[in-house]
Amino acid sequence: MKETKAPGYTIARVEQGPPCCDPVPVIEIAGLSISYGGRAALTDVKLDIYRGCITALIGPSGCGKTSLLSALNRMTDLIPGCTVEGSIHFGGVDVRDPSLDMAALRRQIGMIFQRPNPFPFSIRRNLEMPLREHGIRNRTELSDRVECSLTDVGLWPEVRDRLDSQALALSGGQQQRLCIARALVLAPSVLLMDEPCSALDPLSSGVVEDLIESLRNRYTVVIVTHNLAQARRIANYAAFFWMPERAGKLIEFGQCRQIFETPAHRLTASYIGGLRG
Amino acid sequence: MFKAVQEQAMLRVFRDWSVLIAIWSAAAMVAGVFIWLLADIAMRGAPRFDLSFLIDAPGNSGRSGGIGPILVSTALILAVAITATVPVGLGAAIFLSEFTRSGGLPGRAVGLSLDVLAGVPSIVFGLFGNAFFCIWLGLGFSILSGGLTLACMVLPIFIRVAEAGLRMTPGDWRNGAAALGLTRLAVLRQILLPAAAPSLVLALMMGIGRSASETAALIFTSGYVDRMPASLLDSGRAISVHIYDLSMNVAGGDPGAYASALALIVFLFIINGAAKWITDSLIGRRIVTL
Repeated sequence: MKETKAPGYTIARVEQGPPCCDPVPVIEIAGLSISYGGRAALTDVKLDIYRGCITALIGPSGCGKTSLLSALNRMTDLIPGCTVEGSIHFGGVDVRDPSLDMAALRRQIGMIFQRPNPFPFSIRRNLEMPLREHGIRNRTELSDRVECSLTDVGLWPEVRDRLDSQALALSGGQQQRLCIARALVLAPSVLLMDEPCSALDPLSSGVVEDLIESLRNRYTVVIVTHNLAQARRIANYAAFFWMPERAGKLIEFGQCRQIFETPAHRLTASYIGGLRG
Repeated sequence: MFKAVQEQAMLRVFRDWSVLIAIWSAAAMVAGVFIWLLADIAMRGAPRFDLSFLIDAPGNSGRSGGIGPILVSTALILAVAITATVPVGLGAAIFLSEFTRSGGLPGRAVGLSLDVLAGVPSIVFGLFGNAFFCIWLGLGFSILSGGLTLACMVLPIFIRVAEAGLRMTPGDWRNGAAALGLTRLAVLRQILLPAAAPSLVLALMMGIGRSASETAALIFTSGYVDRMPASLLDSGRAISVHIYDLSMNVAGGDPGAYASALALIVFLFIINGAAKWITDSLIGRRIVTL
């Protein structure tokens, strides 16, 4: 890459990140409850997200995994009638502080959605527009960052000759990787992924999965997935959610291996076992 | 047994065909009326329709001469109407699509009043414009009064079409943009407005088309005077008013009326063509896709 002569800005590639993930919490969640129009969706969650690790949120549909994810970058603000209680601290800062700068928070915590949602522009503009909106206008910096993030997601060789063609013309898997690149281009430290592979065919899904795995260490990844095999393959930590009554609850959290091989809770064991067999 | 099934099948085929023929003939009828109307106006208007007709001032109450000043007045009235419609209409459309919850009270109230306004006959707008702009605001019979009255009349349609275009943009883009830390305004400016551009162009063209062919709202507001307007506060005769006047009030004015109608129709075709070309090029240049 071009860091050697980079003037005034630095761009680091994924593989130049720290060697392994360490159990230092970057996001600390305590007493978190989320409800929609008075109906509780998730109650009393205490959970730490560790730096540089991939944390998988698993459990059946409707148990509040996506709600938890959206609370971390305050996307819950956009849902009418949604109330969040409890505390979420990101790097020591209270995420729920009403005076918090949303742009800064969401630049630090990127999000990938279930369905790829590239904007209806060229590939280049999809990546440059968020940068411009965050005040980066230097042309060489813009193109360096675009190239770097596209390289990180493995799209660069595929699209380098057609950066100005329509992003919506890419295949589903390519679109999802573009969306990941669009999040990476802002140099976040945390990536929230809401079932990023579930709308893709198995082949593209595999490519995106490999990509997520390559993000480990340099980024803290929180991923919601219904694909238990995938969670097992890529996650360092896993959190299992269940609905004992009508509202979701965190049943068990631990190292991925422990959750899958020696689950402490009966519900975890039956959920994992049931879907395995 | 088999024969009965065959007969039933024949009956079904016959029924399918008759429905198909009914649908086709309905479509052919619409196209037929349109072509007949065009051909009639073109044939009767063509003898007087030439360059000097478009440039010259009318003489002898429009029986001779051309429609030069009338085209200028029409263009000025349209310009006033568009200048007033676009910012207000765009603002209202954005308010309705982005800042009101669907089904919420403010959105429903504004939406309902727009739908009622869209159905109000244009003569009522003319009377309102006369009372409000000409008399109350003291603008008199002027191009400004006429343009503003047209703006009031066109706004409901413009807002509804623009709003529908904005609402059609997928929510995924809004969420994606919000997750990137973009403000609501940035989402609007960078994504929603460009994506809705074809609808906005359509809304504008519909507004222009309706304004250009409006008579009743203008008779009481921009006036009858067929000389070249000196300013926006001067009275000016719009082309549709000219056609109306020639055919209703001027004996022997029909050839002029047909030639003016031809000019109006040519203009409307150009507007429609331009709208198609603009939206196609917006989509073709990959700025927007819809």
